[in-house]
Amino acid sequence: MAQNKKKEKMDRREMWKEIKRQKFLMIVSFFMVAYGIVFYYWPLTGWLMAFQNYKPKKGLLGSKFVGLDKFRFLFEDAVFIKVIRNTFAMGLINLVTTTIMAVLFAIILNEVRRAWLKKPIQTISYLPHFLSWIVVTGILHDSLSATGIINDILLRFGIIKQAINFFAFPKYFWPIVAFANCWKETGWNAIIYLAAITAIDPSLYEAAAIDGADRLQKIKYITLPGIKPTFLILLLMNVGNVLNAGFEVQYLLGNGLVQSVSQTIDIYVLKWGISQNDYSLGTAAGLFKSAVSILLIVMANALAKRYSEQRLF
Amino acid sequence: MNENKEYKVSKPISDKVFSVVVFVFLLVFVIITLYPVINTVALSFNDGIDAVRGKIYLWPRKFSLKNYKTVFAMQNIWVGAKVTVGRTVLATLTSLFANALLAFVVSRKRFLFKSQLSLFWVITMYVNGGMIPVFLLYRNLGLTGTFHVYWIPGMISAFNMLVMRTYMEGIPESLEESAQLDGAGYFTIFKDIISPLCKPVYATVALFIAVWQWNSWFDAMLYNRMKTQYTTLQYELMKLLSSVMQQSGSAENAKNGAATITPVTIRSAATVATMLPIVMLYPFLQRYFVTGLTIGGVKE
Repeated sequence: MAQNKKKEKMDRREMWKEIKRQKFLMIVSFFMVAYGIVFYYWPLTGWLMAFQNYKPKKGLLGSKFVGLDKFRFLFEDAVFIKVIRNTFAMGLINLVTTTIMAVLFAIILNEVRRAWLKKPIQTISYLPHFLSWIVVTGILHDSLSATGIINDILLRFGIIKQAINFFAFPKYFWPIVAFANCWKETGWNAIIYLAAITAIDPSLYEAAAIDGADRLQKIKYITLPGIKPTFLILLLMNVGNVLNAGFEVQYLLGNGLVQSVSQTIDIYVLKWGISQNDYSLGTAAGLFKSAVSILLIVMANALAKRYSEQRLF
Repeated sequence: MNENKEYKVSKPISDKVFSVVVFVFLLVFVIITLYPVINTVALSFNDGIDAVRGKIYLWPRKFSLKNYKTVFAMQNIWVGAKVTVGRTVLATLTSLFANALLAFVVSRKRFLFKSQLSLFWVITMYVNGGMIPVFLLYRNLGLTGTFHVYWIPGMISAFNMLVMRTYMEGIPESLEESAQLDGAGYFTIFKDIISPLCKPVYATVALFIAVWQWNSWFDAMLYNRMKTQYTTLQYELMKLLSSVMQQSGSAENAKNGAATITPVTIRSAATVATMLPIVMLYPFLQRYFVTGLTIGGVKE
């Protein structure tokens, strides 16, 4: 008994010594937490605005609470319903197309054995990632313009008789956005897949070669299963981002004629919240987006937990 | 790598077909990636009126430097360039330091609040207030309408911190312990022992931050729209480009032919000018972002 008490006392003294020794870590942590509270956690209190008729003069505490009125307005607004559809559709299309392109590019590049060929291609593939969306949409716009390369090719091969104004028709908008995302990020997204392929045990390929497998079979039975864990983890991480991927391209490429398919939740928030100064409505739309995103992450995580060992948390 | 040679005799025909498919795919990929960029460069060096006729591909038809002269005569471009360089340098330095310090703290195995502090930051990756609450916060803090809005709010990012944490966790603990026996405090360990070993991951994160800063335009538009002295290069480019983009939705650019120098060549010149620094730089930093992305992406 007595010894235990003594030990406890020792422990406590050790503990204090340890705390003293960690003083620097504690001080840094304090400032980091303070910074995090101000810039990341404090804005969460702003969510209250979604349930208020927020007036900047009255502040968060003085403004009148209106319950779910703002949400009711949102879901009765035919535009917002379209906006939700657009955000989901483009988010999903982009996720699927960019993932397929990245995996495809990684696998095909991995089949190139000569370094002098592989290296430059890889370097080129990263280039678009370093360009801003302003530059990318500008370049894309020129390529698709009446005198641009796409119309030029289509005219030359007689596929069309007159140049198409691609940005005037809603049917072209989603494919254009998907293409823009693939063009910009394929090489970059492939980096992780290439790393995963490199990590596959080479003896597997050797064994397959002895068994007479051709390259396509090796890809199917060794490479693809080898990158499956990476694929699943990235898919998990990106599912939560599906709704976040809808702002810059759509904002920069959209115009009056394609509004019905180009507007996303973020653009809607910007329009109502910032331009019209209806902070409450903007916040409500943003809150809806956040809630759905979190739901998606939780669902994806639960699904992954059920079907394999891959999990985010 | 050499096994192909060994089995050359028994190489199936399907493999030869496959090689052709690989080659064609990569060729098309490279063309699609490079062509629009090269075309933009060609246009930027072409005479404005001549460019209206179209059909300029990889090389200017009627060479001219007028577009660049016009772009560099724009006052806003120079203001934007100054602000962009300033924010990129300042934010890269401060943000790198802050993220590294935080990563150092949460990667100390004996630190008492290690897991709590980690969780506190990981949460910020998934939950955020959204555009409006953040906008109002910056306004209340007096950050809108100032240069500081470019570097203070985004100083710490959980993603960058986690990339560095993963790297630091791979450094043997014994190094820290022996330094402590010599009487070194944690700051000394951070400065003299961990940081020199972390140069590769610091370079990675610095590149991520710098590219992000260089390419930002939305913050300039949202927070500093009225303050022309804090405009950025990308935002100025956006203003140049968007006037044309809006037209394609309506009357088409029929009127443009009348101008001495059509917008497309000037836009191209401005585009090339803004993308040039990064395009020149990134090939040399390749190994850094490749390793950085690999540790950060797969482990977390």
